[in-house]
Amino acid sequence: MNAADIPVLSIMLAIPVVAAALCLFVRAELARTVALVATLLNLVLGVVLWLNYDPAGAQWQFTESATLFGPIGWRLGIDGISLTLIMLSVFLMPICIGASWTSIQKRVGEYMAAFLLMETLMIGVFAAQDLLLFYIFFEAGLIPMYLIIGIWGGQDRIYASYKFFLYTLLGSLVMLIAMLWMIQFAGTADIPTLLNTDFPVEAQKWLWFAFFASFAVKMPMWPVHTWLPDAHVQAPTAGSVILAGVLLKMGGYGFLRFSLPMFPQASADFIPLVFGLSMVAVVYTSLVALVQQDMKKLIAYSSVAHMAIVTVGLFTFNQQGIEGAIIVMLSHGLVSGALFLCVGVIYDRLHTREISRYGGLSVNMPKYALLFMLFTMASVGLPGTSGFVGEFLSLAGAYKVSTWATFIATTGIILGAGYMLYLYRRIAFGPQVNADAAAMSDVNGRELWLLAPIAVVVLWMGVYPETFLAPIRRDVATIVDRVAPAAPAGDSKLKLVDPTTARYRVVHSPEKNMAEGSH
Amino acid sequence: MELNASLSLVRPEIILSFSALALLLLAAWREQAGRLVSILAVAALGAAAAFVISFMMNGTDVSAFDGLLVNDAFGNFSKILIFIAAAISLMIAPRFLEKAGAMRAEYPVLILLSCIGMGVMVSATDLITLYIGLELQSLSAYVLASFVRSDGRSAEAGLKYFVLGALASGMLLFGASLVYGFAGSTSFAAIGTAMDTDVGLGLIFGIVFILSGLAFKISAAPFHMWTPDVYEGAPTPVTAFFASAPKVAAIALTIRIVLEAFGSQILVWQQIIIAVALMSIIIGAVGAIGQQNLKRLMAYSSINNVGFILIGLATGTEQGIAAMLVYLVIYVAMTLGSFVCLMQLKGHDGGYREEFADIAGLSKTRPALAAALAIFMFSLAGIPPLFGFWGKLVVFNAAVAANLLPLAVIGITASVIGAFYYLKVVKVMYFDDAADVIAESDDKVLVWTGGLLAAANSPLGYFAIPALGIWTAYAARALF
Repeated sequence: MNAADIPVLSIMLAIPVVAAALCLFVRAELARTVALVATLLNLVLGVVLWLNYDPAGAQWQFTESATLFGPIGWRLGIDGISLTLIMLSVFLMPICIGASWTSIQKRVGEYMAAFLLMETLMIGVFAAQDLLLFYIFFEAGLIPMYLIIGIWGGQDRIYASYKFFLYTLLGSLVMLIAMLWMIQFAGTADIPTLLNTDFPVEAQKWLWFAFFASFAVKMPMWPVHTWLPDAHVQAPTAGSVILAGVLLKMGGYGFLRFSLPMFPQASADFIPLVFGLSMVAVVYTSLVALVQQDMKKLIAYSSVAHMAIVTVGLFTFNQQGIEGAIIVMLSHGLVSGALFLCVGVIYDRLHTREISRYGGLSVNMPKYALLFMLFTMASVGLPGTSGFVGEFLSLAGAYKVSTWATFIATTGIILGAGYMLYLYRRIAFGPQVNADAAAMSDVNGRELWLLAPIAVVVLWMGVYPETFLAPIRRDVATIVDRVAPAAPAGDSKLKLVDPTTARYRVVHSPEKNMAEGSH
Repeated sequence: MELNASLSLVRPEIILSFSALALLLLAAWREQAGRLVSILAVAALGAAAAFVISFMMNGTDVSAFDGLLVNDAFGNFSKILIFIAAAISLMIAPRFLEKAGAMRAEYPVLILLSCIGMGVMVSATDLITLYIGLELQSLSAYVLASFVRSDGRSAEAGLKYFVLGALASGMLLFGASLVYGFAGSTSFAAIGTAMDTDVGLGLIFGIVFILSGLAFKISAAPFHMWTPDVYEGAPTPVTAFFASAPKVAAIALTIRIVLEAFGSQILVWQQIIIAVALMSIIIGAVGAIGQQNLKRLMAYSSINNVGFILIGLATGTEQGIAAMLVYLVIYVAMTLGSFVCLMQLKGHDGGYREEFADIAGLSKTRPALAAALAIFMFSLAGIPPLFGFWGKLVVFNAAVAANLLPLAVIGITASVIGAFYYLKVVKVMYFDDAADVIAESDDKVLVWTGGLLAAANSPLGYFAIPALGIWTAYAARALF
């Protein structure tokens, strides 16, 4: 087949780099256009990937391999999980460029270049099939993000940029040592090979911890989440979108791609740790979010809470839990991105993120209020929106493993409803106490074009999630099979013989076979 | 071996010696011939390097002068690196020194003499030749440090360097005499044989003193104190030279003596090297945090980098040595590039600036220079995708392969501290308000060298990985 010979992934990586170089040398207006065209081009290529991806085909598709860099293999390829996350990245990028269209006025060329480099690195993380290549993409993202926060950020941008950089660097370096050890043990840096390498159980624990140090910071998990609120608050709107939308997902992707299938036994052993931290995170950060006065900080804390549900879902070791975690990641990527955009819309008008400075916006900004409401509901997890599907699946999966963890994580959803609705009430409803807020104009065409596509996808994912579940199902099943020997027993056992409820029980035969085949 | 054969093996050094002497005559004849002599000196280095390359290609591995010197791949690899670094130091210097009123013909001559010393250092297989080479290099360096006589700081740097350098040479000599006394020979091979059977307390003392003297020469902690003062006081092109070529030579020398003379008793020296490496990494990182002068900052940076390089030596394996050589190549490119950028920091009044406050907001007024310096800083910090990352990676890879996991974990964790001050440079240039004290650079040589070195440190450098891997492995194999 001819289409298979075209290195689509390399082209997707190259387009933003070329565009970034161009942006540095042209004037502001042209730089914006170049960036938009490049990101849209990548979106088109992303759609091409999506359409040509065969969920029943080989596990790794669009594979490329070149030995340009000695031990660092230029090996790319995607499975369904990578595909969905790459789609998320290329979908959010044009929106980020659009969101910065008017709000960024200084050093536009450099700004656009930083964002375009970021896009290359994000795609690279999800497409890399070589451990070292993955690490390079994973770590390199620090540089553009550091510059984005530090140059175009808010008041305390310098503190936030340092904290972001050093925190994540410290986490990743230990992972590098673990990676080097793994490469020497297995004799290869090829990720598909490593996925089927059985590391000694004793070594698994150390390796797992080294990876955990990196991904837990990136995710971020409580108690190493403190860089996130700072980074979010100080970053420019588009920076927050990309940070919440994609960068946090790298942590989840890392757990899914490395920790679980490469160290199944250690992962199973550390379930109590992961669940424990996640439970604390859900409750604690939700409560913290409840008392925030700054909109961006509130959404940042809600991100930590949502990511905790992802970690719970990932470490359930079963199909629903992991699928749910991936959907939460996608959903959160869209919804939190959209919420940051919503904050950006009113921030651009009033230049404050303080909640009490707004109020009653549904009167003068009806379209805005409607969109904001939709994303609030999606964040809460209302059925019909993407948030519901993911949270339901991951909690259903978690229930099979730990009733208590599920119980506590579910309270997070109630608290989530609390802080999000409270936020919405204070901003959109109530009396118009602030004259300047009451005089703000509704969303303009550009802003509508940024928010509307996200709204469509959020609803799509909520109403017909099969589109997004289809490409990942088989790959999740592969991971579940791989970790099955170590899968925890679970504390939620249905009574086998209970005549009163027997007739209500639905037997999912394929699901059941998979679960039993593992034991 | 007869004399002619031996002499043919040291052709590069002979070329350099005669060129240096001839150029010295030229200098005596025409006082203001600095530029011409520099160009001729670069040509001489090129000619010497051509011979070294031909030795390297032929796979020469012969000892000369009855075992006083050896011409092997390891020495030749180091020599090529040294000659390139010296040539770059020569090329970037003229305009700077002219400005300081010190572009005299002695500068290139001293660099050439220093190169001869370094050539002897990296190929010495006997304590006596080692010492001769080291002293020839050091004496030239003392004079170079105080080359701008009219500048009090430069004179102070030279004096300080001389006094402390002499102390270090004394320690080295003392150690060498102890080793000679207890091993019965000054030849590395004979010392190695003597150590195979038994290591007495006297030999251990000797080793400790030798390693202390060498630690001073490579500015490793705890013998690093002279570095910030000398780096700050010496004229910037000289500092660039100090941070590159002599460091390569001293590290290569350390590798050879440790492996060939003491190699059989790894337990004796490994702990010393590990301690020195970790101390250098940590002191280099912590000491730099409070610095306001960029040259002092670079001095701490070089201490820090030496620590990482020594991790390769601590492994004592062929892979570790190859990793050190990779790191050295990248280090030379990073450090020369950083100094080239610092040399372009010239105020509107024409004076050279070297403080943090002067580069505030540099990215707004001089975007290309700021970008180049940022590349070097991120590269020195070892952040991918810049090439400096590869150097750290191979060194730590060797440590992991040699099962030195605690060392690797501590070392890599400490590199986060180092990242802090490299980031500070980027922060000052990119995040702070523009101070606008730096004028457009009028020195095309600096602009081009800086640009090329920045390109080498950018991800483009990764294309060199396969070739670098092959040559360093080949060079390292010569020692085992």
